[in-house]
Amino acid sequence: MFAFYPIYRGYFRTSLMMMFQYRIAMLIWLLGGIIEPLMYLVIWRTVSLQQGGSVGGYSTNDFAVYFIAMMMVSHGTFTWIMWEYVYRIRTGHFSVMLLKPIHPIHSDIADNIGYKFLTLTVIAPTALLLAWFFDASWQPTYWTLAAFVPVLILAFLMRFYWEWSLAMVAFWTLRIDAMNQAYIVITLFFSGKLAPLSLFPQFVQRAADLLPFRWMLYFPVELLLGRVTPRDVLIGIGAQLFWLVAGYLFMQLIYRAGIKRYAAFGN
Amino acid sequence: MEQNSVIHIDQLSKVYTVNEREAGLIAAMRSLVKRKTRDVKAVDAISFTVSEGEIVGFLGPNGAGKTTTLKMLSGLLHPTDGSASVLGYRPWERSRDYLRRMTLVMGQRNQLLWDIPVIDTFELNRAVYRIPEAEYRLAVEELTELLELASLLQRPTRNLSLGERMKCEIAAALLHRPSVLFLDEPTIGLDVTMQRRIRRFITEYNQRTGATVLLTSHYMADVEALCKRVIVIHHGKLLYDGELTGLADRIAPFKTVEVKLQNGLGGRPLAQYGELVAETEGRVTLRIPKVDTASVTGRLLAELDVADLTVQDPPIEDVIEHVFSQSPSPLGDPDPQQAQSV
Repeated sequence: MFAFYPIYRGYFRTSLMMMFQYRIAMLIWLLGGIIEPLMYLVIWRTVSLQQGGSVGGYSTNDFAVYFIAMMMVSHGTFTWIMWEYVYRIRTGHFSVMLLKPIHPIHSDIADNIGYKFLTLTVIAPTALLLAWFFDASWQPTYWTLAAFVPVLILAFLMRFYWEWSLAMVAFWTLRIDAMNQAYIVITLFFSGKLAPLSLFPQFVQRAADLLPFRWMLYFPVELLLGRVTPRDVLIGIGAQLFWLVAGYLFMQLIYRAGIKRYAAFGN
Repeated sequence: MEQNSVIHIDQLSKVYTVNEREAGLIAAMRSLVKRKTRDVKAVDAISFTVSEGEIVGFLGPNGAGKTTTLKMLSGLLHPTDGSASVLGYRPWERSRDYLRRMTLVMGQRNQLLWDIPVIDTFELNRAVYRIPEAEYRLAVEELTELLELASLLQRPTRNLSLGERMKCEIAAALLHRPSVLFLDEPTIGLDVTMQRRIRRFITEYNQRTGATVLLTSHYMADVEALCKRVIVIHHGKLLYDGELTGLADRIAPFKTVEVKLQNGLGGRPLAQYGELVAETEGRVTLRIPKVDTASVTGRLLAELDVADLTVQDPPIEDVIEHVFSQSPSPLGDPDPQQAQSV
């Protein structure tokens, strides 16, 4: 792992330099990541106020905290790789990546983390500002905060592996926009982005248990809110580890098959 | 395998399966149910060996299979059949050690990061290839001197001209001091001065490091300046493998004789001496079979009022064009003796 340190440092350096080149584009991306949860926050807050201050066990304040936390977790774990792969393959840039003596996933991980750290300087004050504006009160405990760190890292990694794997569908077809769109809609429902999962019908919740999405977003958010027991956390981490290993194996499998196809057809 | 051979390929083949569809809506609908495919042989059982330190020109018209071969040798493509070994590695296994020891430069594709200064792409390559600091400094210094990069390194790639970019591309591809270079059209689109500079650099690099170079180019000047040996492929098949000078003998065994007459041509039937290639005021160019050169020039001097006479080998461009204009195989099957050679 330490052998990768200088390489990652190199990737961080270049990706930050590139981001500084495209400051405006970066801000627009960032804005999207803020507006979406903010929109749901406003909607659910209004519903809650009209329902007398609570919906399905979530108070008006809970909704505010939930969506601000969702914004942060979503920011910490999101990837844009599914939109980038097609471009890579179409332009032949992927060949350039393949010629390097390192797996192409590393530059993507570094790029992603670089972006996250840089934009944290905007997203963190935004979260504080929203908390102040909506008068959100949040009392975390030490143990949930401590558990949140590994949970977020696991969420990031599992999401990364899965989305990196799905991005590789581009090896088979360059028209992957429809698939990406479908993925976004599914995530919206089963990850708790649209609303806390406990507000959904039972069967949706059961389905969400079996899918990877809740462990990417909903679980870390619930943990941050302190709405889980230590037992839930252990189950959650177990599920995350399972999906991480499955995602890793899936990535290896699809990467090998994808490369074979790429190598068979050329570009 | 020959001693000191760095590249060794044996019966290497690549077949692409391409989708085929007739024009029109009905054909489009039919293709939903049943897809028609066709196999295209891009490389057809070619074999050759390149020794350490050689610079070999890899020639052929567009679509001959040159780039496909280079891609197989650099690990980007799996062959359909046959085997290849470069520095003892099977390229398409893409072992990290192999990738660290070779480079592929494609004239029409770039690795330099578009938005940031060139030197920063170099720095990234230093990390990715794990080049020790001292070696890296030395390599940058040397490449900067040889390719005259000093004024370019601090500029973002997007602000460079095509030629400047190509020089930097080549430098970026050589920082890790690869011992095998695959150069695919490294001078494409460049002006004559820049082409010359890059040629000089390739020779210099080869002499300094003893690297093995396999190069494709459409510019015969590149090939003439750099390669003693050439490999010619056409329609995926190997046509010739041997010395550049031998190519003319083998493919176009004729000489060009230019004659200037004292008192103009005066309607003389010069065609009897050889094939008339060009005719301008008092000056004719004839193509004569090599074996007849001595007798025909003798006759010309004896029978005509010659003011000046020169005998030349045909330009290599003409020779190559001659090969490619005749299909499928003007040479018949490659001579196994020649094809092994050098």
